[in-house]
Amino acid sequence: MPAMNKTGLIISREYLTRVRKKSFVIMTILGPVLFAAFLIIPTWIAQMEDQGLTRIAVVETSAYGDPLPDSLQFFRDVIPDRENMQFDYLTNMRLEEMLRTYEATDYDGVLYLPQSLVSSGNRAVVEFYYRKLPSVSVESHISGSLENHLFNNKLIVRNIPADLIESLETSVSLNRVSWENWPEMVEDATDLKRGLGFVVGFLIYFFIFFFGAQIMRGVLEEKTSRIVEVIVSSVTPFQLMLGKIIGIGLTGLTQFLVWLILTFGITTVAQQIMMPNPATVATELNTPTNIMENNVIHEVPSQTGMENNAATGVMSGMIRQLGQINMPYLIIAFIFYFLGGYLLYGSLFAAIGAASDNDTDTQQFMLPITIPLILGMFVMINASMNPSGQLAVIFSMIPFTSPIVMMARIPFGIPFIEVLVSGAILILTFTGTTWMAGKIYRTGILMYGKKVTYGELWKWIRYKA
Amino acid sequence: MYLFSARDIVKKFSNHLALDKVTLNVPEGSVYGLLGPNGAGKTTLLRIINMITAPDTGNLYYSGRPLTQKDIFEIGYLPEERGLYKKMKVGEQSLYLARLKGMSKNDAMQRLKYWFEKFEIQAWWDKKVEELSKGMQQKVQFVTTVIHNPRLLIFDEPFSGFDPINTRLIKREILDLKKKGATIIFSTHDMGSVEELCDHITLINKSKTILEGDIHEIRHSYKSDIYELGFKMDPMGVMNELNGNFEIVGKNVSGTVHYLKIRVNPGFTGNDLLRKILPEIEITSFHEVIPRMNEIFIKVIEAQDKKQS
Repeated sequence: MPAMNKTGLIISREYLTRVRKKSFVIMTILGPVLFAAFLIIPTWIAQMEDQGLTRIAVVETSAYGDPLPDSLQFFRDVIPDRENMQFDYLTNMRLEEMLRTYEATDYDGVLYLPQSLVSSGNRAVVEFYYRKLPSVSVESHISGSLENHLFNNKLIVRNIPADLIESLETSVSLNRVSWENWPEMVEDATDLKRGLGFVVGFLIYFFIFFFGAQIMRGVLEEKTSRIVEVIVSSVTPFQLMLGKIIGIGLTGLTQFLVWLILTFGITTVAQQIMMPNPATVATELNTPTNIMENNVIHEVPSQTGMENNAATGVMSGMIRQLGQINMPYLIIAFIFYFLGGYLLYGSLFAAIGAASDNDTDTQQFMLPITIPLILGMFVMINASMNPSGQLAVIFSMIPFTSPIVMMARIPFGIPFIEVLVSGAILILTFTGTTWMAGKIYRTGILMYGKKVTYGELWKWIRYKA
Repeated sequence: MYLFSARDIVKKFSNHLALDKVTLNVPEGSVYGLLGPNGAGKTTLLRIINMITAPDTGNLYYSGRPLTQKDIFEIGYLPEERGLYKKMKVGEQSLYLARLKGMSKNDAMQRLKYWFEKFEIQAWWDKKVEELSKGMQQKVQFVTTVIHNPRLLIFDEPFSGFDPINTRLIKREILDLKKKGATIIFSTHDMGSVEELCDHITLINKSKTILEGDIHEIRHSYKSDIYELGFKMDPMGVMNELNGNFEIVGKNVSGTVHYLKIRVNPGFTGNDLLRKILPEIEITSFHEVIPRMNEIFIKVIEAQDKKQS
C-alpha cells in the first residue's frame, strides 16, 4: 500500500473519531449559541441597564441657596424626561430640607442647581446626590441638557442668533479615493475593509490556537497511552504527525463551517425578533403595554424610522462596497494563510506534545508559540488601521505573524508582490518547521520520564534519520 | 538461510552507546531469543529492526536483501510498552491497526473474525478499550500484532503483564505461529520461556553481544561434567566409595530417593562413575546436568562485569 494511503487512513481516523465524539457534537451545536450570545448579550445588557425608571428630584435655588417658586426657576423643565428617567422639579425647596426628608421620598437621586451656575465660565460642576449610582446614560443626559441650555443662554446674553452659530459650523470628513481607481470616483469602503480584515485575521488566530492545542493533546494521548510505538512500526513518525495535523485541521474546518452557518442563522433570527421593521414599530407603539415590555422600540416613532433607515442605508452601502473587494482573491488568500499558519504552528504544537509526558510539561514550551501569536494579533489590529504602515508590512512578512497580519491587509488591495513574497516565506518556513518538528516528534514520542530541555530538543533535531 | 540479519549495528544516543557492533542472524522459521539485563540495548535493537529508529552504522537485511520500508508489512511488532487508543472501540481499533499494516478492509475483517473467535473475545468487539482489564487489552494487542500474517514477528517482553494462563496461551501461539512458518524474535528476562521456545539466542550486555548461537549448543558448551545420580539407599556408602576422581558437588533428598551431583574429573567419563557405583546401590536415575539458561545468563554477565571493572 502506498504511503499516501496510510496517511489517508490516519487522517480519516483522526477526523472520524473527533467528529463522532459527543463533545464535538455538543460544542458544534453550542458554539454558535455562545457566539450569538456574545453578539447579542452586550446589546441586551445595554438595554437592560436602562430598564427600570430612575426618578430624580431637581432642586433649584438662588445663588445663595434660597428656595425659589416655579416662576423664578431658570432651569425649570430644562432636562426633559426620558422613557426611563423622570425629573421632578421641586418648588420652594432648600437643598438641606430635601436631603433631610430624602429617606421618606422614593427619589433615586437629587440634582442640585444653584442659579450661580448661570454665570459659570467654561467649566461648571453640579452636585448630584444619589441613593443608587446613576447610569452613564442618565449622567450624560443631565449634563448634555444643561450644557445645551447654558450655551443657548450665553448666545442670548451676547445677542447672537442661534441660527448664526449653526450656519458657522462645518463638519469635515475625508472622501478617500484610491489612486488605483482614479480618475473614476469610487465609493470608499475603508471601514468595511477594516472590519473584514479584522474578522478574518481573528479567525485565523483563533483557529490556530484552538486546533493547535488539539494536535498537542492528541500527540500526548498517543504517547501516554503508549500506542505510538505500534503505530510507528507501521507508518513513519512523519506520516503519523502529518496525518494527525491534517485530520484535526479538517475537523476544525468542519466545525468552523457549521459554526459560521449556525451563528449567521441564529444572529439573523435574533435580530429579526429584537429589531422589527419600522412599520410594525409604529403600530405596536400605540399599545401601552408594549412600551414597558420592549424598550428598544420605545422611541419617538419618527426617530425610530430614521434610525432604521440609516441602518438599512449602512447595510445596502456595505453590500455595494463589498463589490469593490475582490472576494475570490480574499477567500483564496484566507485559505492559503489559514493553511500555512495552521501547518506552521500545528507542527510546533505536535513537537511540544511529543517532547512532553503530560499537560504540565507542555507549559514550558508554550511560551515561544503563544508570544508570536499574540503579537500577531496586536499588530493585526494596528494593520487594519494602517495597512501600508511599516509595522504592518514587516509583520506581514514574518511567517509567524503573517497569516494573521496579512489577512488584515489584503482587503485593502496591497501590492501582489508583497503577498507573493510573504506567501513564499510562509511556505518555506512551514516546510522547515514541519521538518524540524518531525525530528523532535520522532525522538520525543518514544522518550518517557525525562524532563526535556531546549538543548535536548536541539540535539534531537540534529540526530541522524 | 537467514530471514533477517543485522550486521555491525551501532547506535549512539547523546550520552551513551546503546549498541556497539551488534550482529544478529535469524534463521527462517526459528524462534530467536534476545536476552540481556535491563538497559542492555534490546529494545533499541528491536526498534531498529522495526525501522522505528535508524542505526548510526550497520546494515539490515531481510530475505537476503537490504531491509526496506515496504518490508514492515511482513513484520509484526509487539512493543514492551503496550497500549491502545483507550477511547476507541476494540473492533474498530483492530481494524485500523490491521489496515495500517496494509490489509484491505475485507481481509482484515476476515482475519479479525478468525482471531477473535480463536481467543473467544468476540463479545469485546464493540467495547471501548478502557472498559477492558489489562490482561484483556494484552490479548487484543496480541491479535493486532499477528493479524496480517507476518513472516517475521517481534515480541518485546511478550509475557510481562500476563497471568500464567495467558502466558501459556501466548507461548502456545508462538509455537503455533512457528509451526505455520513464521520467524519469531523475542526479548525476555524469563529464562524458562527461553529454554521452552527458543532455537537460537543472542545475549547482549552493555551494548555488546557476549554470547550467541544455537541454544542447545550453548547449554552443552557450558556443562562442566556434572552428573546427577538418583538412588535408594544410605548415601554414606556411596560417598565413601567415591575417590578423588569423582567429586560430590551437591546433594538432595526427595522421599526415599537421594540425589547426588557428582563432578567427573578430567580423564574420566560418566560410564566410569556408573561402573564404580553400580554394584553398591539401586539406581533410579542418572543423567548429565545441562546448565539452565538462567545460570549461564548470570555467569556470563557477571564474568563480563568483573572483567570490565
